[in-house]
Amino acid sequence: MKKLSLFALLVLVVRRDLVLAMRRRADVLTTLFFFVMVVSLFPLGVGPEMDMLRKMAPGVLWVAALLASMLSLGRLFSADYLDGTLEQMLLAPQSLSVLVLGKMASHWMVSGLPLVLMTPVLGLQFDMTVEGIGVLMLGLLLGTPILSMVGAIGAALTLGLRGGGVLLSLLVLPLCIPVLIFGTGAVQAVTSGLNVSAHLSLMGALLVLALAFTPWVTAQALRISME
Amino acid sequence: MLEISNLACSRGDHRLFSGLSFSLYPGQIMQIQGANGSGKTSLLRTLCGFITPDEGKIAWCGEDVRTLAEDYYAQMMYLGHLNAIKDELSALENLMISAGMSGVQLSESDAILALRRMGLKGRERLPTKVLSQGQRRRVSLARLLVSDAKLWILDEPLAALDVGAVAMIGDLIGEHLAQQGMVIFTTHQPLTVDGIEMRSLMLS
Amino acid sequence: MAINWFKYSAPTTFYGLAGKLIPWFAISSVILCAIALYIGFAVAPMDATQGQFYRIIFIHVPTSIISMFLYLVMAGYAALGLIFNTRLSSMMASAVAPTGALFAFISLWTGALWGKPMWGAWWVWDARLTSELILLFLYLGFIALHASIDDPRRADRAAALLAIVGSVNVPIIYFSVKWWNTLHQGSTIKYSGTSMHIAMQQAMFTMLVACWLYAIAVTLMRVRSIILERERHTKWIAQLAEVK
Repeated sequence: MKKLSLFALLVLVVRRDLVLAMRRRADVLTTLFFFVMVVSLFPLGVGPEMDMLRKMAPGVLWVAALLASMLSLGRLFSADYLDGTLEQMLLAPQSLSVLVLGKMASHWMVSGLPLVLMTPVLGLQFDMTVEGIGVLMLGLLLGTPILSMVGAIGAALTLGLRGGGVLLSLLVLPLCIPVLIFGTGAVQAVTSGLNVSAHLSLMGALLVLALAFTPWVTAQALRISME
Repeated sequence: MLEISNLACSRGDHRLFSGLSFSLYPGQIMQIQGANGSGKTSLLRTLCGFITPDEGKIAWCGEDVRTLAEDYYAQMMYLGHLNAIKDELSALENLMISAGMSGVQLSESDAILALRRMGLKGRERLPTKVLSQGQRRRVSLARLLVSDAKLWILDEPLAALDVGAVAMIGDLIGEHLAQQGMVIFTTHQPLTVDGIEMRSLMLS
Repeated sequence: MAINWFKYSAPTTFYGLAGKLIPWFAISSVILCAIALYIGFAVAPMDATQGQFYRIIFIHVPTSIISMFLYLVMAGYAALGLIFNTRLSSMMASAVAPTGALFAFISLWTGALWGKPMWGAWWVWDARLTSELILLFLYLGFIALHASIDDPRRADRAAALLAIVGSVNVPIIYFSVKWWNTLHQGSTIKYSGTSMHIAMQQAMFTMLVACWLYAIAVTLMRVRSIILERERHTKWIAQLAEVK
């Protein structure tokens, strides 16, 4: 029988998870609505002064994106865990890390990418400048995959635990602080007329680091959790 | 060839079994017997490498399965209590994806043939959530038909199956053994394979 | 003469050894703590700019240093347990965690007490204080994950992986927080404006050693309880005088 290449395996997993997400569309939309709602609650909480809102916007959007991605991480492995598919994945003869990378990629496409695309609309609510929105989107584009990847480690470690969702946030949020700092820092730099390349390159470096290590670490975490 | 020597396993504080040794050669089948909670599933999961044994060694063709890792997985197939199928996907999609994840490129026509042999003609493209328990089990078992694994580890493969399907699984196992395959399984239902001597291991 | 260190890596022998060592560490910790407090509060002179308030650094600085050091110790033990599958290392890792969290908490609290008269606010988003807070979160994450897994082996291994990921992340977090702080330019008062008086150095160093000895003593006490709990079904536990 013909053997599957690693890349074909990656494509297979991504396609599978995307098809599953499309057939359970409600889950995807919940995350997106959560993001929009949290962001829209802030002006109601702190008042409608435009100056302050403009200043707060990058932080508010980033924190909301962080919380939204935590919300969807619980589902990353749990469905596969409950129906036994995860056992079969651990027995994959090619590479569990590649399988995990595929799951991370599809998780980002389903829960990270929509947030990036939604950002311009929310940015306008906060009266952000066009450059500001552009840099914010670029930062989110580089940063949300890191959230999915670092979050996957937490999701794998808390697999099948009582109150796993809250615990997951407790474990993962401190590890995501650098992403938050560089992402919001880039927007503040552009609004005060400074160069944004330092922030974005650091974010890119974090992305490369995460790509290199998190799939393997998550694979180990899954093996620990399935014992 | 699968060799188990002096294996011991515990869950929490409870020692399930210890000092377990046996070998399984090509063309042989072994049934693991024992009461509920005697560690049948834990033994099978240990053989799959999910559980690290407290003591002892599991060797495949003379090498430890821990060091072989993925090379060992390529030659074994495990079917657990859970069906490992997705409700939202059709029987055909389920089979093709699980074959893909076990590293085999499967054509659609081969997948349909396998599902038909399992008695799922006309249901290949239905989402599996509309199928009955027995039919879902059949979708899961169809993976045995499209795999070239030498060692089959089957945990309660006959659960939820009717008499006809049980006989068919018997035939399937017979064919696999005739091709120098190996099978380890647990069951609470009688299973006979024509012309094959069934070895059995009692856990207490 | 070679000492067989591996002999003490078994819980059975380590239990007895730890029991013998605890009083020594505990007593010397109390004595050194008393000396440090005496030097710090009675001998050391008043600071020119900060007055009497500065004296809290004799507790603040040693506890911060120990809290960071203990995280590395914890991650080190956790890694040993994960790689070599040694039970005692994993037990040590989970015994260190609460003490590390306690020191991080004391450091934050004393930092706040110092901040109020110095900066006029209980909490200032200073890079060091913020990093310390994140360190406390990392400790709490480790403890929470360990506590919510019932199977001790899975708990040890999962928490160990988290500790290792955390320790790789600590430099990145520290660097990014520092960078963030310089961008936002908050406080300007720094600890070391002038060279420190010799008595101040003595007080701080003595307190550092006292904290370290305290950490060792309570970790050993805790690891003894963990050994008793984990090995409660074994014969050697049943034969112990304190169990009979």
